[in-house]
Amino acid sequence: MIKLEGGFIPNLGKVYGLYTLGFLGFVIFMAVLEAAGVSNTIIGWLFVAFTVLIYALIGVLSRTMETSQYYVAGREVPTVYNGMATAADWMSGASFIAMAGGIYLKGYPYMAFLIGWTGGYVLVASLIAPYLRKFGAYTVPDFIGTRYGGNAPRLCAVIILVVASFTYVTAQINGTGTVAARALQIPFEVGVWIGLSGILFCSMLGGMRAVTWTQVAQYIVLIIAYLIPVFWMSNKLGYGLIPHFAQFDAVNRVQELEALLSVGTLMPEAAAQSAAGKLAALKVGINDASNTLMEKWKFFTLVLCMMLGTASLPHVLMRYFTTSSVKAARQSVGWSLVFICGLYLTAPALATFTKLSLLDPNVSTAIIGKSISEVQSLDWIKQWSNVGFLKVIDGNNDGILQINEFFMRGDIVVLATPEMAGLPYVVSGLVAAGGLAAAMSTADGLLLAIANALSHDMYYKIIDPKADTKTRLVVARILLLVIGAAGAFVASLKLTSILGAVAWAFCFANSGLFFPLILGVWWKRANKAGAIAGMVGGFASGAIYLYMVQFGGMTPWLGIDGLRFGMIGMPISLILMVVVSLMTEEPDKETQDLVDEIRYPGGKVYTDR
Amino acid sequence: MNISKKEQHWDKTKSLTVKTLIAWAIVAFVINFFGETLNGSFPGAYFMAGMGSQIFFAILVFWFASRQNAIDEEFDLHEK
Repeated sequence: MIKLEGGFIPNLGKVYGLYTLGFLGFVIFMAVLEAAGVSNTIIGWLFVAFTVLIYALIGVLSRTMETSQYYVAGREVPTVYNGMATAADWMSGASFIAMAGGIYLKGYPYMAFLIGWTGGYVLVASLIAPYLRKFGAYTVPDFIGTRYGGNAPRLCAVIILVVASFTYVTAQINGTGTVAARALQIPFEVGVWIGLSGILFCSMLGGMRAVTWTQVAQYIVLIIAYLIPVFWMSNKLGYGLIPHFAQFDAVNRVQELEALLSVGTLMPEAAAQSAAGKLAALKVGINDASNTLMEKWKFFTLVLCMMLGTASLPHVLMRYFTTSSVKAARQSVGWSLVFICGLYLTAPALATFTKLSLLDPNVSTAIIGKSISEVQSLDWIKQWSNVGFLKVIDGNNDGILQINEFFMRGDIVVLATPEMAGLPYVVSGLVAAGGLAAAMSTADGLLLAIANALSHDMYYKIIDPKADTKTRLVVARILLLVIGAAGAFVASLKLTSILGAVAWAFCFANSGLFFPLILGVWWKRANKAGAIAGMVGGFASGAIYLYMVQFGGMTPWLGIDGLRFGMIGMPISLILMVVVSLMTEEPDKETQDLVDEIRYPGGKVYTDR
Repeated sequence: MNISKKEQHWDKTKSLTVKTLIAWAIVAFVINFFGETLNGSFPGAYFMAGMGSQIFFAILVFWFASRQNAIDEEFDLHEK
């Protein structure tokens, strides 16, 4: 290791600058290997092995035995780097793998996720993060426990955190398994365990400190991997140098084509659809905003659930505990959004250009309108059909592929785009490495949030308050292993799709935690009984509603389905919390002083344990 | 530190937060509600949902952070 003058933090620019150049060099080296005739499988292996080894190395180098380093990275992460780490923490397999595919298949209504997953940060910055930073907690339940007093609120917060984060983490481990399986040509179940060991290597020894610095490294890989294919396509299709500006002409062209191919009116035939199973054909236009009032309601309830979920997911909030000050925490939220936009503003462009590549008869890669036999002989069609990700079914038996005869899973838009658009395999390897980075970085943050809540709030604060530092950190690591293994086990059962599980996690979090967190800062009168009622009532009603809609066969009320069950949990949580607080005694003087104290940045940090 | 200074600080903080949330709600919910009317020769609905709102949110957060820092400093309640 190179000796860095003045330590690690002042040299971050140099370290990550070199790392980025090194990674780009590696990509070029892989391109040279491909040109020299090295097989695709070997290139896939090298991409995965090289990046995962680097993350593990960073994890090992960041090992620590100090609690403040383990839980909050020593509270010395600079704003811009914390923004980058948060972006990687935030953008999961769902953002990287599923988002562009969702926009491709489900069109404009799907962009509700894009608005919700960015707008939530306005709430994080203005309502919560700076106040929690001033409070000086190690974990989110730490704040709930101290603000409302007693073990009961702390325990409720821990349970909600564990349920929400665990739902989310299985989806991420599932994501690492999918990508590893595809890139390494190994069975999915093996891929899951390989992914998990990589994840644990990053977080076991160094806790938050290690996770922070691997997340920065993972952001760099994932953003390069996401941008390169889109820039490539935009230029190859002749729309312009920068896809973000060029995409609007492309959207207009896609809309022409969609009208021509009767997207939205030409629906798959019943027999074909049942043969395709869960795979879907294109039914909604990319810019079709002519929604009915009901569709608008569904759009904005989804936006709202995702926003309020963002502002209550503990693995995101805890990233702002690592900044050096309250002021830095606020600015860091802005930087997070900037780095998140790096990917989110690209996702619609990716969907649009992929559509052009497949639909536009003037483009050589187009498949719609070609003969079925010709399409079925394409390499990428064969490969992805073999793994059950797409299906070509000639519904009307005319031998020509129509828009309603091409069925696929949304996930493949990102993973297969390099092949669809006819880019070299090195780009596919790069995309696999990026998807892996996105899923791993989020899994890291989530596993750590769960293990920290259990080790700090359950073990140290509730079970054994006299435990010494060493025992606490050993317990934290054992929990990390156990939860990771449990997550991988559940993921290997393949219970839900990646996106379904992610939306559930948001709704669990906003039903149970949003109002107790917000009102803890903004309403002095909120008390222990109210907080417990709000957490238990909101979480339980949301969970029961989800169960009824998803498994109990109930018809959703007003279109509030499994993705939006926060619309049930949140109002119940708010009403219960307000009513019960007002019916019981106001909090004691000490608690009210605590609330006063966290409302301004200066002065003493309330607690830093 | 006297009480009224903290109260004034909190009043200003509240009003800034309310302004921020109003701007947030207008862009997220009101403008996107009229998606179809934004569409013309330029795909306005697509632009607002996939780029405009996001850029606005990022600017809003930085604006909020700098305004809030100014309020903290005005009342000498910032970190030293």
